[in-house]
Amino acid sequence: MTRKSRRLYFVLLGLLGLGAGTALVLTAFQDNIVFFRSPTEIAEGKVQPTQRFRIGGLVEEGSVVKQGENVSFAVTDMKHTVKVTYTGILPDLFREGQGIVAEGQINTAGVFVANEVLAKHDENYMPREVADALKKSGHWQEGEPLPKGITGGIAPVSTAPADQ
Amino acid sequence: MFIEVGHFALILALMVALVQSIVPLVGAQRGSAAMMAVAKPAALVQLGLIATAFAALLHAFITSDFSVVGVYQNSHTTKPLIYKISGLWGNHEGSLVLWVSILAIFGASVAAFGGNLPPALKARALAVQGMIAVGFIAFILFTSNPFLRVLPTPEDGMGLNPQLQDPGLAIHPPMLYIGYVGFSMAFSFAVAALIEGRVDAAWARWVRPWTLAAWTFLTMGIGLGSWWAYYTVGWGGYWFWDPVENASFIPWLTGTALLHSAIVVEKREALKSWTILLSIVTFSLSLLGTFLVRSGVLTSVHAFASDPTRGVFILALLGLAIGGSFTLYAIRAPRMQGGGLFAPISREGGLLINNLLLSTAAATVLLGTLYPLITEVLSANKISVGAPYFNSVFLPLFIPLIILLGIGPRLAWKRGDLKGALDRLKIAAGAAVAVFAVVLLIQGVRLADLGGAAGIAMAAWLATATISEWFERVRLNRPGAWARIGNLPRAAHGMTVAHLGMAVLIAGVSASQAWKQESIQTMTPGQSVNIAGYTMTFEGVKDVQGPNYFAAQATFIAAKDGETIATMQPELRMYDQPKQQITFTNVRTTFTSDLIAILGEPQGETAWVTRFYYEPLVPFIWYGVLLMAVGGFVSLSDRRHRVGAPKRATAATAMPLPEAAAAE
Repeated sequence: MTRKSRRLYFVLLGLLGLGAGTALVLTAFQDNIVFFRSPTEIAEGKVQPTQRFRIGGLVEEGSVVKQGENVSFAVTDMKHTVKVTYTGILPDLFREGQGIVAEGQINTAGVFVANEVLAKHDENYMPREVADALKKSGHWQEGEPLPKGITGGIAPVSTAPADQ
Repeated sequence: MFIEVGHFALILALMVALVQSIVPLVGAQRGSAAMMAVAKPAALVQLGLIATAFAALLHAFITSDFSVVGVYQNSHTTKPLIYKISGLWGNHEGSLVLWVSILAIFGASVAAFGGNLPPALKARALAVQGMIAVGFIAFILFTSNPFLRVLPTPEDGMGLNPQLQDPGLAIHPPMLYIGYVGFSMAFSFAVAALIEGRVDAAWARWVRPWTLAAWTFLTMGIGLGSWWAYYTVGWGGYWFWDPVENASFIPWLTGTALLHSAIVVEKREALKSWTILLSIVTFSLSLLGTFLVRSGVLTSVHAFASDPTRGVFILALLGLAIGGSFTLYAIRAPRMQGGGLFAPISREGGLLINNLLLSTAAATVLLGTLYPLITEVLSANKISVGAPYFNSVFLPLFIPLIILLGIGPRLAWKRGDLKGALDRLKIAAGAAVAVFAVVLLIQGVRLADLGGAAGIAMAAWLATATISEWFERVRLNRPGAWARIGNLPRAAHGMTVAHLGMAVLIAGVSASQAWKQESIQTMTPGQSVNIAGYTMTFEGVKDVQGPNYFAAQATFIAAKDGETIATMQPELRMYDQPKQQITFTNVRTTFTSDLIAILGEPQGETAWVTRFYYEPLVPFIWYGVLLMAVGGFVSLSDRRHRVGAPKRATAATAMPLPEAAAAE
């Protein structure tokens, strides 16, 4: 092989890699992206029943019903509320008034069937999606104290450092 | 008192780092030996100062000095000592102090042990290390100072997040950071080489051990993190393709590529500017990883909003490091003459394909990780990219990589004999087919079984290919094999062990993906449940008082074929400070599979929700990681990799170096 044809070979190999990578990424994105929806968007009919998506909001006070390993609760952005069912052990940080994100589908009865419930955040922290959903519904602004019923705060500890 | 000394030491370290980043660099440009010589004492003094700062902070954590903000927010008197210590790096400020401490150790070891490096290269590399230190120390002092005091002194601390009170997590961050920061050495040497305008085999020989050390620690760090996520269960298993996990995995992928491309530079003087680029990219991704995790950009844009100075500082630092080095690369790289092209069927050709696949994989993972951020900025649509995306892009790239991994080491440099290599790989191919058939015979032929069997067959292919290559190399069946084993470079043994580790890991991942079983139910004392041939009998729950928590402890008897195998006692813990409930799982391993028991919430008087997992071959994942790390250490012990060994081959350079010529 001459120098030139070798170079061509490597350039082609590189392009092939790049092309394959792009094709992989594009097809994977097409099938596997999960949208995030707030209870308000669901109420507005923005999701199809077969679509898999994530929902986020606060767990409504007094809504959690546990029957053995089956749990049902309501997720709210203070404007609209969606009922959620889940089978399994909930994350340690799951509790009423806490912000959560759940992934699953909505069934024909309008109930969100979750395959996964995420609350893997520390207590001082609210999932970004939840904070945004709350802001969108006009119930909370950055820096404000959290809506009633939310355990933990977003702001870090307010102990003023002595020397600053 | 101590804490002020630490604070002051860190300020002094910033000054020293400033000197270290300017004087030797100017000296190297002007050819002034005296100015270049500043680099060594500066790096050593910097280590001394940062070690003082670290020690002062550690002292505050161990003695629970709650007048210090960091201690107050992250520690508590009732915490066991190990978590008082790990509380230091269990938070943003302290973890940055750990980061610069490791950076200082690396810098000082180049200064101390790099005696035979050409003075200009050493001076420039240490200057770049100094610049990184300046950026980070300034970041600590101006935006994330752990040495601040609280007045009046609180009586007790707020405690460390109970989820972080775990031995696995106590040592995971230091390992990960040694890996991240270790790549700064390759970065500094790359930038120094760009300024100097010369990359050669000797350069690669200096860079390889540092890269190898960083890679080994990063491997262990990721492995430990994965292990921790696995046995605490609540975090989605051993690998969740979570942004935080990806942030450490992307530099691992490019670091692995770098490890292999540096070999090509050393042996064949080719792929030079690619290797320089990889060095820059790997460290840039490490920086990005540190910040993605630390700033919370990915899980929360609020980290920026809540503390604008910190966010702006992070962006500026990233911009300077990445932008600066890439600009330098764009200007200088074209001037570097490549070592020419080489045959596609050769060791270097194989390593090139390895690099191509690894960097494509890194790019796809990076894209998936950052994609939610990008779409949110561009379209205000909130999306998440989860495991299905990563699995579907990663597997098609990884499978050819593993197949080629069996062939590559058998190809000779310059011109490989593909047919000969494939001939000798018939055993490996046979092993793969046989294993595939046997696994299907045992497990059945559902779709999941096919995937699992294919994965294990690939593991068998790689393991057989790797081991048989080693056997052929030492000709174990002929007399004198022991001598040949001894004569074979340690790096060759290291490669064999690390590749074998990869095979073992693949087997573990494939089996657990295909044949994991889980069972969730409500149980009352005396009831039994069957899972994967085990009978789990619930004995009841009792209250237990721990050092800083109160727990409900369940007892399960695990039996197989009527014989008691283990007593498992998972707990539901309520920590005192901060008040938080944590499920404490119990893992029972048989060394080939794991049984996990979890206690959920109580249901009425005596009934409890319980959950069991059967995880086949998962321990193999940890064995695999361990083997890879051992392989890394074995290679590191190679005489040729020691800092003292390498000598520069020729003195024909873009910039004349009298000292280098004298050292020949």
